[in-house]
Amino acid sequence: MDITFTKEDLAFRDEVRDFFATEYDSSVAGGLNLATISDGISYKEAIVTWQKKLYAKGWIAPSWPVEYGGAGWSITQKFIFETERGAAGIPAVIPFGLNMVAPVIYTFGNEEQKKRFLPRILSSDDWWCQGYSEPGAGSDLAALSTSADLVDGQYLVNGHKIWTSYAQYADWIFCLVRTSKETRKQQGISFLLIDMKTPGISVKPIVTIDGRHHLNEVMFEDVWVPLENLIGEQDKGWTYAKALLAHERTGMAEVADSKRAFSELKERAKHEVNGGRAMIDDPVFQMRMSDVETELMALEYTELRVLAAMAEGGTPGPESSLLKIKGTEITQSIQELQLQLAAYYGSGIPSDGQKDGYGHDFAEEARCGYLFGRAATIYGGSNEVQRNVIAKMVLGV
Amino acid sequence: MNFQLSDEQAMLQNSVARYIKDQYNFDTRRKIISSQKGMSSELWTIFSELGWLSIPFSEDYGGYGGGNEDVAVIMEELGKGIVVEPFVPTVLLFGGLLSHCGNNIVAADLIPKIIEGSCQGAFAYLERQSRFEITDMKTKATPLEKGWSIDGSKSIVLNGSNATHIIVAARTSGGQHDSSGISLFMVDADSQGISILPYGMMDGHKAANIIFDGVNVSDDAILGSLDEGMSIVENIMPQVLIGLCAESVGIMSVLNDATIAYTKTRQQFGVPISSFQALQHRMVDNFMAAEQARSMVYRALCAFGDGSLEVENERMRSLHAMKIAVARSSKMIGEEAIQIHGGMGMTDELNIGHYVKRLMTINLMFGDGDYHQRKFNQISYCAA
Repeated sequence: MDITFTKEDLAFRDEVRDFFATEYDSSVAGGLNLATISDGISYKEAIVTWQKKLYAKGWIAPSWPVEYGGAGWSITQKFIFETERGAAGIPAVIPFGLNMVAPVIYTFGNEEQKKRFLPRILSSDDWWCQGYSEPGAGSDLAALSTSADLVDGQYLVNGHKIWTSYAQYADWIFCLVRTSKETRKQQGISFLLIDMKTPGISVKPIVTIDGRHHLNEVMFEDVWVPLENLIGEQDKGWTYAKALLAHERTGMAEVADSKRAFSELKERAKHEVNGGRAMIDDPVFQMRMSDVETELMALEYTELRVLAAMAEGGTPGPESSLLKIKGTEITQSIQELQLQLAAYYGSGIPSDGQKDGYGHDFAEEARCGYLFGRAATIYGGSNEVQRNVIAKMVLGV
Repeated sequence: MNFQLSDEQAMLQNSVARYIKDQYNFDTRRKIISSQKGMSSELWTIFSELGWLSIPFSEDYGGYGGGNEDVAVIMEELGKGIVVEPFVPTVLLFGGLLSHCGNNIVAADLIPKIIEGSCQGAFAYLERQSRFEITDMKTKATPLEKGWSIDGSKSIVLNGSNATHIIVAARTSGGQHDSSGISLFMVDADSQGISILPYGMMDGHKAANIIFDGVNVSDDAILGSLDEGMSIVENIMPQVLIGLCAESVGIMSVLNDATIAYTKTRQQFGVPISSFQALQHRMVDNFMAAEQARSMVYRALCAFGDGSLEVENERMRSLHAMKIAVARSSKMIGEEAIQIHGGMGMTDELNIGHYVKRLMTINLMFGDGDYHQRKFNQISYCAA
């Protein structure tokens, strides 16, 4: 049992470190910070600029099969890359294209589709969003009712998707749509790729409790989608989506990002004072910090255990739900402590152009991070649904 | 990166697991606990024959030459059977101190006897006022013209009533609260001036309070250097804590499995209670707590493993964090196992409560969760 690095691993770590140090422009860091993004195109530009650098280096989609552009890294190399990324304060890539639809395309799509979509996902020339949830289908995703009727060799799509992250930037949306109403509700669902520029699609912003625009409703009114945009077989989309979900959850432990957030928290706690004493020296606050940090230290190894088991030749199993639950709970706990550090000052909303009025330059980030962070235990299958999955698939009850 | 057991470790695991399953059932254990010695000498001989008592000792002394991982493997399995035989006090504590004391003559004499099962050891360190700060020590060793005289009283000496040999910690310099100035002495259990008050612990293990009243020992009885006894204790702590936490991990897995199995058979309102989501989600939380605790044992194993890149501070952080995580998870899993078993969980007849009491006891050994969390905080958080 060990996680020791070979000489090659250490050389790889140095290469990753150097690349991040020289190529990641910290001036765009603010633009990449989800908690403090301002609504506008600058955010998308910043992301795409950075992702294109990763693409040029061949590191944009390390987990993909090598034949489609993956890096062919060992588990240890992936771990090193993630750790260094987190330590450098660099955000993970936007997952919708690279980690969510791409595995479905290269696993279940035809050659034509692979050639058409994968290169533009790799190069970040296409921005994807995910059309799953509907007003009547949240945790009960299979209850979705957006319909795709085959008319004259094309699909005619009508319906209403909701909670669609960054649809305002998207070129494409991958959707679960109903193609049959006859059978069990999971069986009549198909996986459809839709160009966002198609007539009949409209995007309506949803402002969240952090006061910002991350989410949208996407409406489909008589939208014509060519048959060639169907993934795999009609009515089999649920199977494809389910295979993807385990991938999605594995990425949700967000250990590297939580480690970074925690070290920022520690740094800030040295400078925030109460009664002349730094918060980091406050015994009660120390207990709250170590409650979270020790959970995070354990999760880091839980994730490594899952990854090592995957490397032995498994796909991520239902235990990936554990990573999602614990990972999001820890993320939220750190955000709670950030807000606790910002204290009353975190409640003030600075006017435009003002950093904030109190010299606490993280207060805005802390407040928005906490408020939007509540979404983490809701999206990607709520943590309650994840517990249902573990109960059924792992505990067998 | 590798979290799998080696072939040898898997064999060791199988051998212990099979033996415990076949030969150490709950009734056997109950009879052993109610016996006067509170342990089975017959089983101890078998443990020796199976090689278990040799695991952590160097080949130089006839040992298996195993490391922390091997100790974790065997302790997890012993935990699954809540074995009360004194593996921790004799092999890990007493034997560990012998292995680390640097006194080859004593080690070469006693370690082979531990391995063959003829030496029972105890480590007398705790005093009534020490709680978790074991350097808070009143017991004194006073120099004589030749040798030393030991006076003081020790509490909760595990295996104290069965030990043939006792290592006792005593002050040879400094005041009661000084962290240095403590020496370790090897004492025959039947030495003059020793009185032993034996009793059982709630986890079924045997312990004793021991009074040392002018116990005379020779200069050779000092293990390691004079006044430097605590450094030997610190050296064995990683293995002792890893072993105890691995035992807890084994117990937690038994409790979770038993609880899940019980909810599948227990019918109320015409259905198995496993069908209730309120219980399902709690059992999932227990499952996650057990996995997190296991991960922390693995983390500590890696931190203290060969060729680890971890610096000293990170090693100690991993060690404290392991004890914190195990304390947190085992408290939750123990309480939930009783709750979900309902009235049956309250009975002495069912094994559940006995597993829980062992978890509770382990949590109090060498610092509870809060104690280790304070230590963790001290080395992790500081404004300067």
